[in-house]
Amino acid sequence: MRSFSYERATSPGDAAAAAVGIANAKFIAGGTNLLDLMKLEIETPAHLIDVNDLALDRIDETADGGLRIGALVRNTDLAADRRVRRGYGVLSRALLAGASGQLRNKATTAGNLLQRTRCPYFYDTNLPCNKRTPGSGCAAIGGFSRQHAVVGASDACIATHPSDMAVAMRALDAVVETVRPDGTTRNIPIAELHRLPDDSPEIETALQPGELITSVTLPKPIGGTQAYRKVRDRASYAFALVSVAAIVQPDGSGRVALGGVAHKPWRIEAAEAELPDGAKAVTARLFADAKPTRDNAYKLPLAERTLTAVLREARA
Amino acid sequence: MRFEHPATFNPIDQLKVIGHPTSRIEGPLKTTGTAPYAYERHNVVANQAYGYVVGSAIGKGRIGAIDLDAAKAAPGVLAIVTADNAGKLGKGERNAAPLLGGPEIAHYHQAVAVVVAGTFEQARAAAQLVRIDYVKGDGKFDLAAERDSVSVPDPKIGGPADTAVGDFASAFAAAPVQLDATYTTPDQGHAMMEPHASIAAWDGDKLTVWTSNQMIAWGAEDMAKTLGIPRENVRLVSPYIGGGFGGKLFLRADVLLAALGARAAGRPVKVALQRPLMFNNTTHRPATIQRIRIGAERDGKITAIGHESWSGNVSEGEPDMAVSQTRLLYAGANRMTATRLAALDLPEGNAMRAPGEASGMMALEIAIDELADKLGIDPVALRIANDTQVDPEHPQRHFSQRQLVQCLNEGAARFGWSKRNAKPGQVRDGRWLVGMGVAAAFRNNLVTKSAARVRLDQQGRVTVETDMTDIGTGSYTIIAQTAAEMMGVPLEKVTVRLGDSDFPVSCGSGGQWGGNNSTAGVYAACTKLRETIAQKLGFNSAEALFADGVVRSGNRSVPLGQAAGAGDLAAEDAIEYGDLAKTYQQSTFGAHFVEVGVDADTAEIRVRRMLAVCAAGRILNPKAARSQVIGAMTMGVGAALMEDLVVDKRHGLFVNHDLAGYEVPVHADIPHQDMIFLDETDPISSPMKAKGVAELGICGVAAAVANAVHNATGVRVREYPITLDKLLEALDID
Ligand SMILES: Cc1cc2nc3c(=O)[nH]c(=O)nc-3n(C[C@H](O)[C@H](O)[C@H](O)COP(=O)(O)OP(=O)(O)OC[C@H]3O[C@@H](n4cnc5c(N)ncnc54)[C@H](O)[C@@H]3O)c2cc1C
Ligand code: SF4
Repeated sequence: MRSFSYERATSPGDAAAAAVGIANAKFIAGGTNLLDLMKLEIETPAHLIDVNDLALDRIDETADGGLRIGALVRNTDLAADRRVRRGYGVLSRALLAGASGQLRNKATTAGNLLQRTRCPYFYDTNLPCNKRTPGSGCAAIGGFSRQHAVVGASDACIATHPSDMAVAMRALDAVVETVRPDGTTRNIPIAELHRLPDDSPEIETALQPGELITSVTLPKPIGGTQAYRKVRDRASYAFALVSVAAIVQPDGSGRVALGGVAHKPWRIEAAEAELPDGAKAVTARLFADAKPTRDNAYKLPLAERTLTAVLREARA
Repeated sequence: MRFEHPATFNPIDQLKVIGHPTSRIEGPLKTTGTAPYAYERHNVVANQAYGYVVGSAIGKGRIGAIDLDAAKAAPGVLAIVTADNAGKLGKGERNAAPLLGGPEIAHYHQAVAVVVAGTFEQARAAAQLVRIDYVKGDGKFDLAAERDSVSVPDPKIGGPADTAVGDFASAFAAAPVQLDATYTTPDQGHAMMEPHASIAAWDGDKLTVWTSNQMIAWGAEDMAKTLGIPRENVRLVSPYIGGGFGGKLFLRADVLLAALGARAAGRPVKVALQRPLMFNNTTHRPATIQRIRIGAERDGKITAIGHESWSGNVSEGEPDMAVSQTRLLYAGANRMTATRLAALDLPEGNAMRAPGEASGMMALEIAIDELADKLGIDPVALRIANDTQVDPEHPQRHFSQRQLVQCLNEGAARFGWSKRNAKPGQVRDGRWLVGMGVAAAFRNNLVTKSAARVRLDQQGRVTVETDMTDIGTGSYTIIAQTAAEMMGVPLEKVTVRLGDSDFPVSCGSGGQWGGNNSTAGVYAACTKLRETIAQKLGFNSAEALFADGVVRSGNRSVPLGQAAGAGDLAAEDAIEYGDLAKTYQQSTFGAHFVEVGVDADTAEIRVRRMLAVCAAGRILNPKAARSQVIGAMTMGVGAALMEDLVVDKRHGLFVNHDLAGYEVPVHADIPHQDMIFLDETDPISSPMKAKGVAELGICGVAAAVANAVHNATGVRVREYPITLDKLLEALDID
């Protein structure tokens, strides 16, 4: 770990401004991801801006009947919130499928969205990784890629985004609210928050330097049967091999987002038109451009089968 | 005390303290966080500095150049030790690859430097400034690719490379039912909670290391040898160990680098191996490829059994003796085993819980299940039909005790085995395909010399000192129970001090030999102390009774403390064994029963319930022994379903080198788990009539899981771990 300076910001605007005032600054929220990466010198910020005092830890109802989730709301609190459980079951379930109780107590909404990949090569600074060291190559390609992306990957990077929460938020059409260093705010639909790797896998989101997430809003509840199914090698405390967030309406229409398959939560709205025809038709659209490796080709049938199971249960 | 003949009635048989499910006497220290583990021994010596280990970034090759300038100039740095300035180093008897590498690199994350600084953070930051230019060599990292260029090893333990009885080839060819299958087991890591950690301090030319090590005498000896200093100048202290599983049997880099760092910095230094280093820097259970051939009559009688195993290791490393149990487990007139070793440049393979036995049983006990399938015979019945009460290679040699059949029968009854549908893929519970599997558990009992010193003071308090270790197993408690039973005092009157090379040399903890041998050593020392006391009191030592804190003979009775008199009375002795281990085959047995559910859609495999029935001699403390078996069963589930140190064959390392990538079971993986012991005493094993327990529990578990998965789905997976991707294709989607 490199030495760094530290400050506690007191307002979102100040935090954002401070982040561009000092070179190589980073926000720290729960620290459950960032600190691990700093210890291994995968992240080497010179300055940390602690955002825990920004009073962004509330969940409020919005004027249009949705919810505004503060960036600092802990995963545990969000999962347990009555309004979330009632109107956004998929989100609550996704959160509870992630990490462990201890981690969820610390992990924040914004931190969860911005957590970095679990590609094992990303974690070993001796090995090539374009995401960690741009231009060094990608050790996962041709290496151990059982958990990597099957779709939307590039020749530069085949990593996945590991968040469960983000997959549910994608299905819910969440919107990320931010403040920029110049004080202006903007809304980013979650579909546009995470990028595909292309040839710059080190750039993971649409956020600009110093841009701070202040909250995430959820539109008015859309009802339906909401499921989150996470498939993994052990029963808890493991990242998804494949996960499915689904909202299925009584008329058979619905929404589907997948985790564990791409550099971002994977949802193609057009594919949802196929829902009445069943999982196979949907996944055929979702994975039309899939390029799995030998190690992770199993994810394609697995995703289809998991979606089949989710739809069967949702319609039962 | 020499143990030459089967034990007769002795004070242990009173079972006033021995055999009771006593809670750990050191338990409160652990649950309150006050048991002093190596890295946290802040008070043993002042002025401790911190060492941070730099591991090799390549799997094979050499260091071209090292630039230490930036690291040396970093804040707080006191010293940096590399092979260049460490001085001449020897190598421990039990180490294959050198613990400090350079310029030659033997394996990935081999230690190449330790950076010592005033704080941990300074040491870590500076370590990351060490610049090393490597010259990559061509390494061999792929066992399967090396399978044809192996050598015939000369194993130090576990038997010869080749064994043969009768005529395997003809008998197998002639057998009406044949099985010929190949299985693979991956490299596995010990993944214990506490990393290897040491604090080293020099006092002149004398070195003390507070460390975490299972085998104190081996460690001290190999430390002296590596540093080239007299053995008596090295003291190792290791009273608490946060798990070892074989990973802490040997001197490892933390001890050496703490000592070298302390010498260079001129002050005590502590070093813990960073978690990411633990998988590639230390030892692991090596991967195997195993071919098993069994020929049988139609009635199930085995006529030919052959087991071949291939594993790899660094130069001077040993093979995994996966075939060893096949030589003893089932009857059959024609037999062969073969062990071959490939030269690999992966980290050093070495002992992990039930070395050889665990990996061998993973394959053999699937093979038996497959044979049962072919024969259409119940797998419990098939095992019973091929039971043997003698060593099949040397029929004059009997097992001292062998209750495999009883374990199988008892387990089958308790588990509800009769409800198993022999036809795979038939039982459904909601989304789950349900199946049951069975496997034998089988691990040998090893006897080895073990010494202890016992002291009695005026208050009647008994203190035991031995360099035996407690690696979470319960050694403190069973040793206290032994001394209490022998001296006729309550448990509270016994103090046990372990893990110090100043104490008499014990058997140490490993190979499930610790419990039986270390307590037998304490038995020997207590027997001597009883004689000393009796003599002092003028009693006939054969008649003296030690009970309720007093010594009695005829109508005289003296409180123990009074017998000690003004000074303490002490006695030291060791248990040493005669030929009983040669005349008899001493082993422990069990049966594992497992029920799994396999999700019909996703092929996720979850254990629903498991039961082990074990027969392992006298159980000195049923609570501690049960914990050992439960832990071992859990580890076996890990081996079955998830544990896999994945080799990157290009870069030559285990890629998933942290606990997020190397998964071991969590509570939710095994909702119902139980085990029972059958009554057994084995007077041939030792005066304690006990045997090993802790490794028996892992032997066979993985195969029982694999067999249950087969019963649930009809899919036979022969490549561990059994992950869902290996089942998916074969499962029909509903
Ligand atoms: C062992 C382990 C297992 C896990 N398992 C799972 C799992 O199964 N599923 C899962 O989804 N997750 C899992 N996680 C990840 C966990 O969810 C994340 O670590 C956590 O959500 C990160 O939140 P945080 O607040 O601690 O983020 P931090 O570590 O504080 O920050 C993460 C990143 O977000 C940035 N950031 C934080 N707040 C803001 C803000 N307001 N605006 C802009 N940038 C910000 C930081 O600069 C940093 O780059 C696991 C983590 C661990 C350690
Ligand atoms: S997949 Fe991405 S994160 Fe992994 S090694 Fe390649 S570039 Fe790095």
